[in-house]
Amino acid sequence: MDVPLQNLSYEVNVAISRENVLEWIRTFSQVIDENNVYLTDLDREIGDADHGANMNRGFKAVMTKLPSMETSDITGILKGVGMTLLSSVGGASGPLYSTVFMQLSKSFAGKEQLELADWCAGWEAAEQGVQMRGKAIPGDKTMVDAMQPALEALKEAVAQNLPIGVGLRNSADAAHQGMLATIPLVARKGRASYLGERSANHQDPGATSTYFLLDSAAKTWADC
Amino acid sequence: MKKLINKPEDVVLEELQGIELAHPDIVKVFYDPNYIVRADAPVKGKVGLVSGGGSGHEPMHGGFVGMGMLDAACPGAVFTSPTPDQMLEATKAVNGGAGVLHIVKNYTGDVMNFEMAADLAKEEGIEVQSVVVDDDVAVKDSTWTAGRRGVGLTVLMEKIVGAAAEEGRSLKEVADLARKVNAQGRSMGMALTSCVVPHVGKPSFDLPEDEMEIGIGIHGEPGRTRMKLQPADKVTEMLLTPIVEDLPFKAGDEVLLFVNSMGGTPLIELYIIYRKAVQMLEAKGIKVTRHLIGPYITSLEMAGASITLLKLDADLTKLWDAPVKTAGMRWGI
Repeated sequence: MDVPLQNLSYEVNVAISRENVLEWIRTFSQVIDENNVYLTDLDREIGDADHGANMNRGFKAVMTKLPSMETSDITGILKGVGMTLLSSVGGASGPLYSTVFMQLSKSFAGKEQLELADWCAGWEAAEQGVQMRGKAIPGDKTMVDAMQPALEALKEAVAQNLPIGVGLRNSADAAHQGMLATIPLVARKGRASYLGERSANHQDPGATSTYFLLDSAAKTWADC
Repeated sequence: MKKLINKPEDVVLEELQGIELAHPDIVKVFYDPNYIVRADAPVKGKVGLVSGGGSGHEPMHGGFVGMGMLDAACPGAVFTSPTPDQMLEATKAVNGGAGVLHIVKNYTGDVMNFEMAADLAKEEGIEVQSVVVDDDVAVKDSTWTAGRRGVGLTVLMEKIVGAAAEEGRSLKEVADLARKVNAQGRSMGMALTSCVVPHVGKPSFDLPEDEMEIGIGIHGEPGRTRMKLQPADKVTEMLLTPIVEDLPFKAGDEVLLFVNSMGGTPLIELYIIYRKAVQMLEAKGIKVTRHLIGPYITSLEMAGASITLLKLDADLTKLWDAPVKTAGMRWGI
């Protein structure tokens, strides 16, 4: 090997590129496809048994449209994903996941590549957007319970100037913890809230797919 | 699980194709995005009524599109809210210049998607108002939760408000009337069996042969309590008592009593429930002056029933009796 390891890691430490974003979306689509039944089963227990199917329908539509987005910049790609989800998912996850991608798109406007601080700012906008659209706060047993700790981990990583790959891994791990922490909660938002106390002891499907989204980013960009 | 379908992913499309072939005199069907509008839409000068929701509740909502009821319905995937692009196109298609009312059942997804659609329609210069139906007494109402679900009362609201719009009432009058119906009606349902969502292929919840679920919604979501199966009269009491106490309905009230099948329960059993409900209401001095009995808001093949009670006055009664011509409800013509 004629390239010093030091330099190699510096090379790839720079930022998240347009191609990286496309790869993240492809990875997440595949994860959703593989976990379709798992997500639907989680939803069957406390909701209406459609979360996996809805997310899979949405990201199948995204995969169909992705080739036409491939020449766009980062903000254009993410906006395209958001609009596609809005018209193909339905339910609560349609507007909410659409909001995630639309907010990321807005936040990354004009950027050709993303530093960890950009990603963190985008995620902050996404979390605020989801809270506003869904009127949920942390502890309601929703996707916010995975988003919020992930955001805190990202902020921490930015403050400590950690490499992108480490920051993303920390945020995915935090989302995983947040997802597990929804298990004992009694739902206060979404269809699970109709069950009252019976919604406890079940993992929230939305928090689970949100963890997959962050985990896909961490896996796709592990070397960044 | 046995179902008369071709492929799970084609269920909604093929249902719409069937509706289009069966009722060309009543509705027009549009695809991608999917919505159903009355055949003569838009009706000039009339408030347009748009509703929608997940499929699987037939005849609601598509079966209630037509003269004297809805102007448009947006069918989502089975038990999944439709999307804003469907609602926007439907809203534009029925806008006769007097504004459009969205009738939205109180589910997180339905509310969010209709909110986004209303924003988009307003951006295009269409006056839109929204009314949320939340009549299910099985759900604890609280500012901290998603609130009560919209269930059986939706059918009665669509009929009554549809008649008012047909009369030429203004958007504000029609919206106020819808809110009045929502304030005066309550519902509760129960299940003997679960239902099977086509693309899931297994029951939405597991209910043993000798048990029933009280306080279920219309999406195969479990209810609040589960217990050993009871006789019909006892079940009727368990549904009707919380309804009467919640509003509360009082001696001297005139009401519309709606006994609904969740899909799998036959009319013979609905009449048994109706009989007991009338007896109970009469004992309380509440007079049943109008009724509706049958499968109008269903949950696929679920066996079970729901009861809805709506307090009537002269105006509501007149609007209930007004002519209606839809695939799912037809009288006075």
